[in-house]
Amino acid sequence: MIHLSAAQMAAQLVSGATTSVELTQAHLNRIASVDSDVHAFLFVDNEGALKHAAEVDAKRVAGEKLAPLAGVPLALKDVMTQKGIPTTAGSKILEGWRPPYDSTVVAKLKANDIVILGKTNMDEFAMGSSTENSAYGPTHNPWDLTRIPGGSGGGSSAALAAFEAPLAIGTDTGGSIRQPAAVTGTVGVKPTYGAVSRYGLIAFSSSLDQAGPCARTVLDAALLHEAIAGHDPRDSTSINAPVPEVVAAAKSGNVKGMKIGVVKELNGAGYQSGVRTRFEESLELLAAAGAEIVEVSAPNFEYALAAYYLIAPSECSSNLARFDAMRYGLRVGDVDGASAESVMNLTREVGFGREVKRRIILGTYALSSGYYDAYYGSAQKVRTLITQDFNKAFEKCDVMVSPTCPTTAFKIGEKSNDPIAMYLNDIATIPVNMAGIGGMSLPAGLAPEDGLPVGFQIMSPAMQDQRMYLVGAALEAALLSKWGAPLLSQAPALAGK
Amino acid sequence: MALSYDDVIAKYEPVLGLEVHVELNTKSKMFCGCSTIFGAEPNTQTCPVCLALPGALPTVNEKAIESTIKIGLALNCSIAPFSRFARKNYFYPDMPKNFQISQYDEPICVNGYVDVEIETDEGPKSFRIEIERVHMEEDTGKSLHVGGATGRIHGAEYSLLDYNRAGIPLVEIVTKIVPGTGKYAPEVAKAYVAELRDVLRSLGVSDVKMEQGSLRCDANVSLRLIGAETLGTRSETKNVNSLRSVERAIRGEMIRHAELLNKGERVVQETRHFQEDTGLTRSGRSKEQAEDYRYFPEPDLVPVAPDAAWIETFRAGLPERPSIHRKRLQEAWAVPDKEMAAMINADVLNIVEATVYLGADPTKARSWWLGEISRIANEKNVAIADLDITANDVAEIVALVNAGELTDKLARQVVEGVIAGEGKPADVISKRGIKVVNDDGALMAAIEKVCAEQPETAEKIRNGHLPAAGALIGAVMKETKGQADAARVRELLLGHLGQI
Repeated sequence: MIHLSAAQMAAQLVSGATTSVELTQAHLNRIASVDSDVHAFLFVDNEGALKHAAEVDAKRVAGEKLAPLAGVPLALKDVMTQKGIPTTAGSKILEGWRPPYDSTVVAKLKANDIVILGKTNMDEFAMGSSTENSAYGPTHNPWDLTRIPGGSGGGSSAALAAFEAPLAIGTDTGGSIRQPAAVTGTVGVKPTYGAVSRYGLIAFSSSLDQAGPCARTVLDAALLHEAIAGHDPRDSTSINAPVPEVVAAAKSGNVKGMKIGVVKELNGAGYQSGVRTRFEESLELLAAAGAEIVEVSAPNFEYALAAYYLIAPSECSSNLARFDAMRYGLRVGDVDGASAESVMNLTREVGFGREVKRRIILGTYALSSGYYDAYYGSAQKVRTLITQDFNKAFEKCDVMVSPTCPTTAFKIGEKSNDPIAMYLNDIATIPVNMAGIGGMSLPAGLAPEDGLPVGFQIMSPAMQDQRMYLVGAALEAALLSKWGAPLLSQAPALAGK
Repeated sequence: MALSYDDVIAKYEPVLGLEVHVELNTKSKMFCGCSTIFGAEPNTQTCPVCLALPGALPTVNEKAIESTIKIGLALNCSIAPFSRFARKNYFYPDMPKNFQISQYDEPICVNGYVDVEIETDEGPKSFRIEIERVHMEEDTGKSLHVGGATGRIHGAEYSLLDYNRAGIPLVEIVTKIVPGTGKYAPEVAKAYVAELRDVLRSLGVSDVKMEQGSLRCDANVSLRLIGAETLGTRSETKNVNSLRSVERAIRGEMIRHAELLNKGERVVQETRHFQEDTGLTRSGRSKEQAEDYRYFPEPDLVPVAPDAAWIETFRAGLPERPSIHRKRLQEAWAVPDKEMAAMINADVLNIVEATVYLGADPTKARSWWLGEISRIANEKNVAIADLDITANDVAEIVALVNAGELTDKLARQVVEGVIAGEGKPADVISKRGIKVVNDDGALMAAIEKVCAEQPETAEKIRNGHLPAAGALIGAVMKETKGQADAARVRELLLGHLGQI
């Protein structure tokens, strides 16, 4: 039962073939059996999940009209507040904090009767590409437990790949949904900036952060997308427009006549050969499905990474200032006679990990008077140039595509002492965040040289998220008929369990 | 050896810069829905947003933007078609986010002015104060430092934090430098703050109570030798909590600066705190090393781009400028300057105007509000506005006196009754049984009774000693429980005793 798609589970719930309690219990059992190996979860809400599942079942028995995903379980990235449930953002500084309020995403999940199983592991404050920066230990890739599951949302993607949950929520600031999806052989979507409310999303970089759906199929992602998207008066940057019809697009998958732009700059040197092989093969399949493949250029993408590492740290240096031990979370050094200042200092010294401190220092420096124009100011200009690159390219095509990441999953510990090498992992995903447009990663197969999943990225213009679902669904269908079974059925690591 | 003020201005020219913070009177905070009511239990008016809980986001209070635009228009500013919020980053326990959402290089209102008139040796003179910017920001919480002698953070045993004030909308009004006021600098500054207060009150956007902190003034002062071009080093004086303090603080700083300069010392650029009791300032934190606030555009808020037509609706609805309005009233009522000033100082101009509007004679309306009602307010130690009596009540009472249905003395009882919460004037009159005795027969009976009781006095009056009449009139008034018209009693008494 746990190997079904969320849409199939929902259909079984409707038909009465199973109940939400059975389905939830099956996932809780799976978590109990494999999560000691995977470590996707930071907190499992056994009691709360089963209670909610029972309520949904009761509503169904009573004949209430239910939402499409009602009764289906989900894993929530630990960066989203959920009332009364421990929320750490992967940091020691929030250890033990239980939010007194629901994020808008959680409120919508509850309104859709989606059952929240628990909170998933992540790089501390979503800063990282491997989940190794979690203060609570790394998550392991279900394809190979010695490898990283991507980051920052490695917990959510690993939970999907390990069949611990059929759906998950991620957040994507520079690729934190798409890169984990790519390296775990799952689907991850970063909607257009502002499509999903950020209220209750613990901020890393406010102008880049965007929550989105994680799933094992394009249709499942679309169903979850429609459940969580929509205008929120609590988020000033939330889009006040109807949600694009992504479910209809995912069901259609018709790409006849669509122009697919291959980004010249996001391919070639620096990309693993097996990644390129699978990418080329996917392009052929899309062409066979009736799409036209064109080449587009985005000359300013080469500055995206550098600009990103000024903007994101700058914003985070300010966003993380609130963690000062005065009102919630960790408090260190509160002894007789200690000043507020020394308590703040000690708490931040002990509570934040190395990568977080590195970025706070970078950002503080970049915003300093005398350096602002050279760093933050220039980075904002690059951001404008990247947006212009996208706009120009979208005049020639309907969506743009690239490999999601230059490589497949690397080994845990392999890059943890080389931040630049780690940052380069996000080179293809970052431009999407800089421009605020939509991006999806879906599995394109396994790299022949290491047998690990490769991600295919689709980028669609702002507020045209349905386009990436059309293309994603077409490619998924073509690949499925080629493979004969979902890619995840080939994952070897947890085969015995 | 302290310098005299005359010595200072003989040698130096003061240059002013005034920053006024105004708490808006919106019902909810700047970036969340929490109440803004003053004086609630600590930390009861808070939510995830104003406590800066992880994940919470600000949203802009549209009413606050409206108020700020109105202020900008009233101060002759241009309203920016596009303005942005910015984060001002610094750590302080009473600031939950450890940054303040403010406006930096893109404020909502720029380039305005205010004209103020003061009395000079050459008669009334007008000074133009140029406004550089009017911008929006949020207030911080409050720290209460317990233990230690001074209530300051240093030496305190512990501190208590109240976040009720955190996020209250503030508007900051910043002048350009103000040169050319010479010896009148303190008066000009005071007149400017008073004018701002009146303008803001007429707009209805703030309580503008300096003593409660809803209007706060920071006064920047520097001196330069008369005729010099370059500006001297300035000090910034905070904690200036009344109009009088504005004047005193600036005068005091001018003398302090001049003393330093005369000794060949330099003025330190710093924040100073005004001491109400001594009229002096004491050093706060030094600004020699400018604090780096690392301003950057607030990414959680979209830019403010007010629609031009929307702005025009506010321009059309602006009230008359208070200074013009006052002049108009003074002429219409033919009030001498001194009395006008008394009304302004006592803060009763608006209510007198309302009373007149409701039909009362301006002189009577003024004397009620400035006289009896002010007296009761003083006695109770409350503001006139907080007394339980309205312009309507006073207008009604004046009308009753005019109609001869109340004497002045009875009217005072009615006022007292209304303020005591006994109801509207009619209720007080009926409950207390207040009534002018107009019945001559009843008065004559009382007069005859009093004359019989005090025959010697009556005899004196009969013999033409009129000053003695007062005692008998008093006795009659007492007999009629003060409800008689004293003039009529006098007439009847003198007639009875053969003196008319």
